[in-house]
Amino acid sequence: MKAFAALYAGLDASTATRDKVAALAAYFRAAPAEDAAWALHFLSGERLKRTVGPAVLRELAVRASGYPAWLVEDSYAHVGDLAETITLLTRRCDDAVAADLPLHRWVAELRAVPALEPAQRDARILGWWAALDDGERYVLNKLLTGALRVGVSQRLVLQALAEASGLPADRLSQRLAGTWTPTADAWRRLLAPADVDDARSDQPYPFFLAAPMEDAPASLGPRAEWLAEWKWDGIRAQLIRRSGAVAVWSRGEERLDGRFPEIERAAAALPDGCVLDGEVLAWRDGAPLPFGLLQKRIGRLKPGVKTLADAPVAFLAYDLLEVDGADLRAMALAERRARLSALLAAAGDPFPVSPAVDGDDWPALAAARDSARARGTEGLMLKRLASPYQVGRKRGDWFKWKVDPLTVDAVLVYAQAGHGRRANLYTDYTFAVWQGDALVPVAKAYSGLDDAEIARLDRWIRAHTRERFGPVRSVDPVQVFELAFEGIQASGRHKAGVAVRFPRILRWREDKPAAEADRLETLQALAARIG
Amino acid sequence: MPPLIELRPEGLYCAAGDFHIDPWRPVPRAVLTHGHADHARSGSARYLAAAQGLGLLRHRLGADSPLEGLAYGERVALGDTVVSLHPAGHILGSAQVRIEHAGETWVVTGDYKRDPDPTCAPFELVPCDVLITEATFALPVYRWEPTESVARAILAWWDECARRRVPAVLFCYALGKAQRLLAELARVVERPVHLHGAMVPLVQVYRDAGIAMLPTLPVSDSARGRDFAGELVLAPPSAEGTPWMRRFRDASTAFASGWMRVRGNRRRRGHDRGFVLSDHADWPALVATARECGARRVLATHGSTDAYVAFLREQGIYAAPLRTEFGGEDSAHA
Ligand SMILES: [Zn+2]
Ligand SMILES: [Zn+2]
Repeated sequence: MKAFAALYAGLDASTATRDKVAALAAYFRAAPAEDAAWALHFLSGERLKRTVGPAVLRELAVRASGYPAWLVEDSYAHVGDLAETITLLTRRCDDAVAADLPLHRWVAELRAVPALEPAQRDARILGWWAALDDGERYVLNKLLTGALRVGVSQRLVLQALAEASGLPADRLSQRLAGTWTPTADAWRRLLAPADVDDARSDQPYPFFLAAPMEDAPASLGPRAEWLAEWKWDGIRAQLIRRSGAVAVWSRGEERLDGRFPEIERAAAALPDGCVLDGEVLAWRDGAPLPFGLLQKRIGRLKPGVKTLADAPVAFLAYDLLEVDGADLRAMALAERRARLSALLAAAGDPFPVSPAVDGDDWPALAAARDSARARGTEGLMLKRLASPYQVGRKRGDWFKWKVDPLTVDAVLVYAQAGHGRRANLYTDYTFAVWQGDALVPVAKAYSGLDDAEIARLDRWIRAHTRERFGPVRSVDPVQVFELAFEGIQASGRHKAGVAVRFPRILRWREDKPAAEADRLETLQALAARIG
Repeated sequence: MPPLIELRPEGLYCAAGDFHIDPWRPVPRAVLTHGHADHARSGSARYLAAAQGLGLLRHRLGADSPLEGLAYGERVALGDTVVSLHPAGHILGSAQVRIEHAGETWVVTGDYKRDPDPTCAPFELVPCDVLITEATFALPVYRWEPTESVARAILAWWDECARRRVPAVLFCYALGKAQRLLAELARVVERPVHLHGAMVPLVQVYRDAGIAMLPTLPVSDSARGRDFAGELVLAPPSAEGTPWMRRFRDASTAFASGWMRVRGNRRRRGHDRGFVLSDHADWPALVATARECGARRVLATHGSTDAYVAFLREQGIYAAPLRTEFGGEDSAHA
C-alpha cells in the first residue's frame, strides 16, 4: 500500500492539475492490474461497504492513544475528520514490523473485518495502526471510515487513464459507465485495445450534461439553430431496451429497475435494441407533481397500489441514442429527435416526448421562461439542433437556463464547524425567520460566502456564542442573510411547516437589522402559491 | 492575599514587584519574555529582558529604547520580589520569567518550546509553585516530528523544484522561524537562500549574535527579470498574493507552521506543501512541563486552553485559563 499512500499524499499536496494527472498516470502504469482497479474504484469516489462503525473506531482511538474519550472528541471537533484525527493521535511503534501488502490485499483484509469477533477485530485494527507509517495509516483510516475524497475529478482520472493507456477518454468513460467492478479482469478489459468490442447489454451511454447559461441567450446566435425545452425537475435517466429486457439507469449511473414498474411496462412496447434519454417525473394529467412525491418513489422497490396511485410517474423522452443496436450519438440532435418521434409513434406512443417550447426569438423565449415556475419546471433547456450527443458537461451545445431563484431574508441562529478544508471554521449555518417574536429555523446552508466573509463570520460567531451543544453553537440573532432557494413546499416534518429546496446564501445583509428579516407567513404563502 | 501575578487591563501585573510582564499597553516597568509583536510593545518607561534578546528588541522597539539586559539565571531585586530570566527555547533571547516572593515562586513561560533549536539557548525547566504557561497548540493532535526530518522534507521539495525548474517560495514568520529554517537547513545543505526584504534585518541580528545560517541574498538586490528557477525564497505570509510574488512565476509555494499538522489548515492556506515546524511547545511538551515543574497551580494563556486545562485537572494538577491578549488561534508567529 506504500505506493497508493504515496499517490494519495501526492494528489492531496499538489494544486497543479498537470502534476495530478502525471502522478495518476504513473501509478496506473506501474501498479499491478488488481491494485490499479481498486485505486481507480476509490479515486472515483467509491467506498468499501461498511467495514466498522465510527463508534468502534473512536473507542479504539481512545485505547490506542491513551487519551480520555472527551479529548479524542475535542480533537475530532478541531480536525473535522475522524480518519485524520485517529492518524494524528496514534503513532507507529518503532518495533512493529510490517510487510508492504499490495492495495488489493488490504481491501481483502478490510472486507474481512465485519465477520471478525469484536475482540479479534479490535486487536487487528490496533495492530495495523501500530505497524503503518503516517501516510499509510491515514489511507487505511480513510478506507475504514468511508470515501477517500482526494480532490481529483472523474475527468482528471479519465485523462490520466487515457495518458497511461493511449485510449481515448470517451471510450474509457463508456467502458466505465454503469456498474464497474474492480477486478484484475475488469482492469484489463478497460485498457483493452480500442478495436476490442465492448458488448455489455444493459449498460447506459455516458450522459451528456448541460452547462449553466452565463451570458445572455443572444450570445448563442440565431434562435432558429436551437431547440428549447422545459427544464424538468425530476430524475434524468436512460431507458435501455436490449436483448428482450428493460433497464433504467439514473444519471448517477444507478440502476432504478423495480422502482417504476409503470415505466418498465410501457417500455416493453419499444423495439429491441434502442436507448432513450429522458426524465422520470412525478406526473398526473399531463403536468408535473412536486419533486417530493417522486422522492417517495425513488427509495421504494415494488411500490404498492396506493403508492402508485398517490405518486404516479412518467418518463418524458428527450433523445434517442440507439436504434437497432446502432449508436446514433454522432448524429445531429434534430435528426435524433425526428427519429425519436417516429419510433414512439410506431410503438403506439408509450412515452410522451418533452415538447419543444415555442417562441420566435430570444425575447419570446425569455417571456416563456418567466412562466416556468408556474408550470412546475425549473426554467428552459437550450440545445443546439446540430449538436451530437457528447460525454459529460461540455460547454457550447447544451445549456440550462434556469429561472431566478426564490429568496428570503433570514437570521443566523446556529453554526457548526465545517469538514475537511474548513474543519476549523464555522461554515455550516442554520437560518430562521420570524413567527410572532420567535425565530423558527427554516433552512441550513453551507455555500455562498467567500473565504474572507467566512473568516469574518467565524470570528463573529466565536465572539457571539450563546450556548454550545456539542459541535453546534447558538449565536446572538443579529446577522441577516439573503438566501436563495429553488423551491418551497408545505411540510409536516419541519417545525416551520415548510421545506425549502437547495437553499444557498446569496449575500450577507449587514445593512439589515434582524427585526426586518422575513416572517414565516410570507414563506407559507409562497409555498401555498407555488408548492 | 491577592495572587502574586494578576491580570490587569494593561497586562500581567506583579504588585509586589511593581512591574508588568509583556504588557499590551505602556507601563512604568515592563519585563519582556521575547521580541514577538504580541509580547514586546513600545511605549513603556523601562524594559528588562534577557541580554541575548536585546539586539532584537532594539530592532523592534527602537535603538534608543530604555532597555536593560539580564543574563540568564542572574537574580535581580524588583520591589519585594527577586526576578530572574531563564531560556525558553522559543526564539533568540526568549526567556521565562521566574518571580520569588514571600517563599513562593511563580514562573511565566512566555512562548516556549522544548525541541532543540540551533538559534537559541535550550528551554530550561524551572521548578515553581505556580506556572503561567502558553498553550497555543493545546490539543494532542499537535505533536512535532524531529526537526531534522522536517528539514530533509523541505530539502526534498526544494530539489524537486530544481528538477522542475520552478522557484520554491517558502512562507514563514519573519522573526524566529526564518532564522531557524536557515540554521537547520545549513546542517543538511550548502546553497544560498533568497530573502524577502522584511527578513533581511532580522537575519542580520541573528548573524550578529553568532548564529550559523545558510548564506542569504536579498531578493531586492537581484536584477530585474532574474530567473529564480530552482532557488529557495523565504517570505513572510504578508507577502502572499502581493505584486512582489510576480517575479516568481510558476513558483511552487509552501508554508512552515505548527498549524500545518492538520489537513484542513493546509488546504485552507492553499499552498503546494505544508511543513510542520513550530517554535511553540507541542501537546506532549505542554503536559510534560506542567507536570515536571512541580507547580500546584497552572494558568494557561494563548488560544483555546479548555482541553489543556481539563486534561491537567484530570491528572490532578489544578489548572485554569487566563484570558490574555497574546496571539490566540490566529497567532502571528505560530
Ligand atoms: Zn512568540
Ligand atoms: Zn505569543
